This record gives sequence, C-alpha cells and structure tokens, in this order.
Amino acid sequence: MNITRGFTGRPRTENAGLPPGQYDAGDDWPVLSAEVTPELTVADWSFRIDGLVDEPRTWDREAARTLPASAYTGDIHCVTGWSKFGVRFGGVSLDAFLERVRPHGSATHAVAYSHTGYTTSLPLADLTGGRAWIAFEYEGRPLPAEHGGPARLLVPHLYFWKSAKWIAGLTLLDHDEPGFWEQNGYHARGNPWEEQRYSGD
Amino acid sequence: MTETAAKATAAVAFAPPTRFAVPGRVAVAGEAAAVWQTATITGVRRETPHASTFRFAVPGWAGHLPGQHLMLRLTAGDGYAAQRHYSLASAPDDSGHIELTLDHVVDGEVSGWFHTVARPGDTVEVRGPLSGFFAWPGDRPALLLGAGSGVVPLMSMVRHHRARALDVPLRMVVSARSPEELIYARELGPETTTVFTRAAPRGVPVGRMAATHVAPLLAEQPAGGWEAYVCGSNGFAEHASRLLVAAGQPVDRIRIERFG
Ligand SMILES: Cc1cc2nc3c(=O)[nH]c(=O)nc-3n(C[C@H](O)[C@H](O)[C@H](O)COP(=O)(O)OP(=O)(O)OC[C@H]3O[C@@H](n4cnc5c(N)ncnc54)[C@H](O)[C@@H]3O)c2cc1C
Repeated sequence: MNITRGFTGRPRTENAGLPPGQYDAGDDWPVLSAEVTPELTVADWSFRIDGLVDEPRTWDREAARTLPASAYTGDIHCVTGWSKFGVRFGGVSLDAFLERVRPHGSATHAVAYSHTGYTTSLPLADLTGGRAWIAFEYEGRPLPAEHGGPARLLVPHLYFWKSAKWIAGLTLLDHDEPGFWEQNGYHARGNPWEEQRYSGD
Repeated sequence: MTETAAKATAAVAFAPPTRFAVPGRVAVAGEAAAVWQTATITGVRRETPHASTFRFAVPGWAGHLPGQHLMLRLTAGDGYAAQRHYSLASAPDDSGHIELTLDHVVDGEVSGWFHTVARPGDTVEVRGPLSGFFAWPGDRPALLLGAGSGVVPLMSMVRHHRARALDVPLRMVVSARSPEELIYARELGPETTTVFTRAAPRGVPVGRMAATHVAPLLAEQPAGGWEAYVCGSNGFAEHASRLLVAAGQPVDRIRIERFG
C-alpha cells in the first residue's frame, strides 16, 4: 500500500451500497456527456431493436407507452467516481421490448446507440432479466435533456456510461463490438462492484 | 488483457445509423492505463489565489497527447483511498515529468490535500493517460473554448503547438471570473481571447462568453475546418457548445470534456 503523507480523507461512512473507489454524490447529478446535448423532442424520438432478432422493430413514444410501465428505484454509479443513491426512474423494462423482437439464440451482445451517434456495447445478459430499462422519467418528471431525455437506456448495475443517453436503438450481435468509451480504453463490461473501469481492470 | 478484450479491439467499430458520430482521436493503450504508478511531487507553482500547478516525476510515464487525463489516487493510513480525474497540463515531452493544475475546491477531499498539505517529495499514485476522445494530436486546426480549470487540457494543446512550432491554426477563448483568477495568464499569447465574467481591467467588458467571441473565429474557416474542444463545468460546456452550434460549427466536430 502506498500511503499518502498527511492524507486522512473524509470521515468514513459505513455504506454497504458504495462500490469500491466510489463516493456518494448526494444531491448532485454531474453531467459528463462528451457531445453536444441534442435538441431532440419527444416527437422526434424513436427506438429500434434490430440485428440478430426475428422481427426488427421501431417504437415511437406512443408505441412505447402501450408496453407495461416499469420503474427502477435504487443506485447509479459513474466511472468518474460518484454514486447516487435512491434515485427513481420510470419507463419500460427492456425485457418488454425484447420479447416483441424475439432475439435469436445466437445473440450474445448488443450495441446501444444514441440519436447523437454515441455508442456503447453490452453483453445481452446484462440487458435482460429485469435489469435494464428505457427510462422516460426521473423522479416523476420527464427526463431532462442533459441527462438523456426524452429517453435513455438504464442499466444501473453497470457503470453509467453503459446507460446511453438519447437512446435510439440496440443492435443485437453474436460478438462484442466496442462502443465509444470501450474504444477509448474503458472496460468491455463495466461492473462497478469489480471496479472494471478500464480495459485490463 | 483478457481474450474478449483483445478480440473487441480487433473488431470493426460499430457505425450507428444516426445523424452523426464523433470518433475518438487516438487509439488508447489499455496496458498503460491499467497500472498505478508512483508520482513524486517535484515542484509547486501558484497560478491564481485558488489554483496551483503541481509538477511530478513519473519515471514510467508512457507519454500522452494534449487533452488526455489521468486518474489520481490518495491513500490514507487505514487503506481508505480517494481517486479523481485530472487533465494533463504539460505538453508531451520526454522529461519523465508531468504537470497538473488543480483548483482548490472548498472542502475538496483531493484538491484540499494538494492545496493544504502537499509539498515536494510527497508521493501519490496515477494511472493513465486515459481517453483518446479529447486528445489533440496536433493535426487538425483547433478551436479551444475553456472556463476556469477547464483551460488545463487546452493549455497542454497550446504548449504542444508552441513546443513543436506547429503551423496548423490554433485559437483559444478562455473565460475566468477576473484577471486574478485567470490560470496561466502570463503564458497566454496572441492565440488567446480572454473573457471575464465578474471583474475586468478598466475598459474591458464584463460578461459571459458570447457569439461575438466565437463568430469571428468560425469565420476564419481554416482548411479542413475547426476541430472544437470545449472544457469546463457542465454549465459552461452546455453554454459554449450551444454558441458553437449556433455559429455554424458542425456538432460532429465538437468535443466536450465536462469536469462535473
Ligand atoms: C476528465 C476530468 C478532468 C478533470 N481535470 C481537472 C483539472 O485539470 N483540474 C481540476 O482542478 N479539476 C479537474 N477535474 C475535477 C476533479 O476530478 C475533481 O472533481 C476536483 O478536483 C474536486 O475533487 P475534490 O476531491 O477536491 O473535491 P470533492 O471532495 O470531490 O468535492 C467536490 C464536491 O463534491 C462534494 N462531495 C464530494 N464527495 C463528498 C462526500 N463524500 N460527502 C460530501 N460531499 C462530497 C463536495 O462538497 C464538493 O462540493 C477533472 C474532472 C474530470 C472528470
């Protein structure tokens, strides 16, 4: 261990919900997108799933509304170090979308892409089983544009760069194709509990 | 590197069927970023009442490009560690040294230690360089917009431009609260326009960065067009990137680094 002279740090908090190397951002919700926040209206928004599926399909906001509503209440973790506790997102479970396109047995990964062209890659297993959402609301209100509104992908058990803002679609693949940050040296999976920040972690 | 990671890097990047996509500028060395290295403070330079530059000896530093950042870690006696991202302020060179410029954040855990405890001889740990997205290899014309400590990665670009005597156009617009708060004030040259938001020397207007600062630069239209780099707080990044878009800069030629 490489102890830093004179460094004591903040008072230790017993917080079993805090993954290694993270701190509690409290009420802050930092914005870290690398691109210009798009002017994307609800009417312009659409979400498509294609690739290794039986029936590729595109939803607009109205079509997505016909799917069962599902909420996530819990924590989110950003690779830059902050975690945010007890946040509430409203939307639709990704399982509901996937059920309708019927993924092939050969599909193992997905690339999620945004209306801005941002991409991120995920194992398909991380997007199923009630662990991923398309989120339209934050704390009961429309998701603000700088946080990905009208809709973002929400995969709260992975670092938040996987939760693509301004989500436009998922392409299902039988291999991993690195997305934006993954090509920029970040980890292929990004599990905060194993501190998978950068490739090689 | 695991087998999947190696395969992933070899795979062709997915191209989304959307309006635009901003590609990274450099391939990133995953191995260098994975290793924590000891960095020894060799000097401290005060830049403003709230910001200082810290010089470190990092013998194993893999080298970086202007615009890249690193992860820095402080460890307490009981094993508790705090880590933060910091941009490289120094231009790439082979001195075995790097420089960071840190704002003193009130009650800041890491910046507080640097500004109240740190002195030459102290050691911290760093890993990097990280991220190729905000990097500027010195190839394309660069239009740099920064505020506060957001000038740090941009200054690395300016220094690189000077050190290599590059003739590709480079312009910078920096915003600070007042002349006293302007980081690197003594080093700024004719490439830089300064904007003061709270207090300015007599005869100099006070106000936010505006279209009038950005439009003349965009009108210069260098061959190949500007690659724009925007860095600062989220509020500044939103404001400055909108100014650029409104002035006609293509969104896929704007790179943003938000310090949170
Ligand atoms: C890519 C990148 C590059 C950056 N480059 C630079 C740079 O070149 N120079 C620079 O000065 N900064 C830079 N930053 C910002 C830097 O990473 C830190 O955020 C900054 O130094 C503050 O860290 P700190 O530990 O001093 O403050 P923190 O202790 O993190 O405090 C920051 C704020 O969060 C609150 N806070 C944080 N943790 C807690 C907690 N546990 N309890 C209560 N409140 C808390 C504090 O009250 C304060 O308002 C960069 C950030 C990024 C993402």
